[in-house]
Amino acid sequence: MTNEVKVKDSIDASTVEGVRSLEADKYKYGFDSDIEQEFAPKGLNEDIVRFISAKKEEPEWLLEWRLEAYRRWLTLEEPTWAMVDYPEIDFQDMYYYASPVKKEGPKSLDEVDPEILEIYNKLGISLKEQEVLAGVEGAPKVAVDAVFDSVSVVTTFKDELAKHGVIFCSFSEAVKDHPELVRKYMGSVVPVTDNYYATLNNAVFSDGSFVYIPPGVRCPMELSTYFRMNAQGTGQFERTLIIADKGSYVSYLEGCTAPMRDENQLHAAIVEIIVHDDAEVKYSTVQNWWPGDSEGNGGVYNFVTKRADCRGKNSKVSWTQVETGSAVTWKYPSCILRGDDSQGEFYSIAITNGHQQADTGTKMIHLGKNTKSRVISKGISAGKSNSTYRGLVSAHRKATGARNFTQCDSLLIGNDCGAHTVPYIESDTPTAQFEHEATTSKLSDDQLFYCRQRGLSEEDAVALLVNGFCREVLQELPMEFAVEAQKLVAISLEGSVG
Amino acid sequence: MLKINNLHAVVGEAQSQILNGISLEVPAGEVHAIMGPNGSGKSTLSYVLTGRDGYEVTEGTVELGGENLLEMEAEERAAKGLFLSFQYPLEIPGVPTMTFLKTALNAQRKARGEEEMGAPEFLKKARALAKELKIKPEMLKRPLNVGFSGGEKKRMEIFQMMMLEPSFIVMDETDSGLDVDALRIVADGVNSLRSPDRGFLIITHYQRLLDYIVPDQVHVLSAGKIAASGDADLAKTLEKEGYDKYAA
Repeated sequence: MTNEVKVKDSIDASTVEGVRSLEADKYKYGFDSDIEQEFAPKGLNEDIVRFISAKKEEPEWLLEWRLEAYRRWLTLEEPTWAMVDYPEIDFQDMYYYASPVKKEGPKSLDEVDPEILEIYNKLGISLKEQEVLAGVEGAPKVAVDAVFDSVSVVTTFKDELAKHGVIFCSFSEAVKDHPELVRKYMGSVVPVTDNYYATLNNAVFSDGSFVYIPPGVRCPMELSTYFRMNAQGTGQFERTLIIADKGSYVSYLEGCTAPMRDENQLHAAIVEIIVHDDAEVKYSTVQNWWPGDSEGNGGVYNFVTKRADCRGKNSKVSWTQVETGSAVTWKYPSCILRGDDSQGEFYSIAITNGHQQADTGTKMIHLGKNTKSRVISKGISAGKSNSTYRGLVSAHRKATGARNFTQCDSLLIGNDCGAHTVPYIESDTPTAQFEHEATTSKLSDDQLFYCRQRGLSEEDAVALLVNGFCREVLQELPMEFAVEAQKLVAISLEGSVG
Repeated sequence: MLKINNLHAVVGEAQSQILNGISLEVPAGEVHAIMGPNGSGKSTLSYVLTGRDGYEVTEGTVELGGENLLEMEAEERAAKGLFLSFQYPLEIPGVPTMTFLKTALNAQRKARGEEEMGAPEFLKKARALAKELKIKPEMLKRPLNVGFSGGEKKRMEIFQMMMLEPSFIVMDETDSGLDVDALRIVADGVNSLRSPDRGFLIITHYQRLLDYIVPDQVHVLSAGKIAASGDADLAKTLEKEGYDKYAA
């Protein structure tokens, strides 16, 4: 698998091949599977919060944490400043806990519900993850912490990671096995009171991933989590905590797909990353949740809070995201550049088609001296969709020598879509250098005709042109992810021209 | 090979009539030149032949190798072997030249039911042709036409043409923007492709190119119709006397 994609030049061609090999037009991942659910009753109140905590056999401090968050949440109002429009969410009409019924803790893949493995098959996780899940001899090393609805079902490679002292487990396990780390870091980047959805997450979070990389360790493999929502009307409240101790490195992949359904689904995750001195974290996301039907009905609401704290000197965080799914996206992976000489990067591709709405961007908060940040955002709007880049770059007065470069490019396909760029730039030090570049262009008929004259079909031509437009960001993704992302780019734009 | 019969076409939402009954036949193995003043319909003819959206044929027929060209999509015509060397080649940001060309070549092959060309064979061929056209290998890695000079873009069109090995080639003002040396390189490339089973339609405003690519026939296009036809000497006469005689 990996050999095929050594040369980056071959990627665009494989996109086109990818389009051919995949079924056209319909959201491929729209299926429901019949796995017994154990629900908490619908609605949200203190009892439900207690139910969730009890189900997960949590310690008292965590129950208190949840209850406090819940009480706080009751006093908050849903934010309305984002450029998105959706019907009011009835938080009492949702389930807050669902998990595949626990038979016995699976010790190996053989014990995993075959239907769960079947889902991975259906998802066409054709890359190494599937080999890993299938236990193929000589499969490449990727540790997959498969989050199936709310509970981590299986964690692979734990032993090998343990050899290096790396902890990669579900959040619930971390609460049991590494309470000292969880208590030290949880909520230290995204405070409980941060925002409406983050506070809600703190009250009802289901599960997620926990990563700890000890000092000086370069994580021997890429860590990968597939999130997937599977229960009708189940809100998903994932919680991810990544800690890179001094001088360590980790690359973390998050990919998502969801089954087709009628109701809107709420997703309000929190990702917290802590980076100590000289450490580096690379966080890559491919998000492909159900965007709603052609009329704009259904689809996932994705209100996520992702934030990294470059706490140590010379620390570095890199966010790369490919956002093609969801009906509504509200997401701003951010970097707090606290340590001197720390660096933050944000590379983003946001594609909206049909009636999708995306309001996404980043915040680069420069606090330390000589901190650097780089933002490359590529927004593609097609159909009747709207895409907004919203970004903040700020420098504290102590952040002398802070530097930022921001580039926001928008591509419009057709006449009914919109692209918007809302940059906020604040500097309290005269020594900061902030650059902002923005372009908006339309996919041109001339370019399309040129490609078609050379033999490409219209859809292949669009895929090729759009992947070209996104190239700078796609190059930042780990190779296997890049291939998958390019297919997604092609699939999400099918039917957008002509 | 290419048979155009009484071709009428209108352009754009205004439906302005640009082609007014062109009849023309280019047998396999021949090179025909179309000359004419600005606005006579030269470029429109090239777009109608290659199936660009927005150009509507209101009357007449076009056949390539006995098949009705007008019923095909642009990419189907390309797969049939029809190639247009653009007057203004487009920039394709982020897509390396080699990637673009390999994708195009294999799309055409697939459409014809042929096997795709593998990377090693493709690279070998591309390197050899690039050398012939004096195109630096680094250029093939750069996004297609982005930041290329006018002359480089034209040379790249010829490179694409030679890679794709089409059966019928339409060249639209290929000489514009080329200096003498580049003109010679381009002409050598075109001449090397001349063969008994391949036809050419060369659209040009000036006679200059035809010194290097000597046509079998020259046609004068005026007000969307063929106003005169002759051998290569007609081009020389036109160069001397201008198009006034054929003004509508």
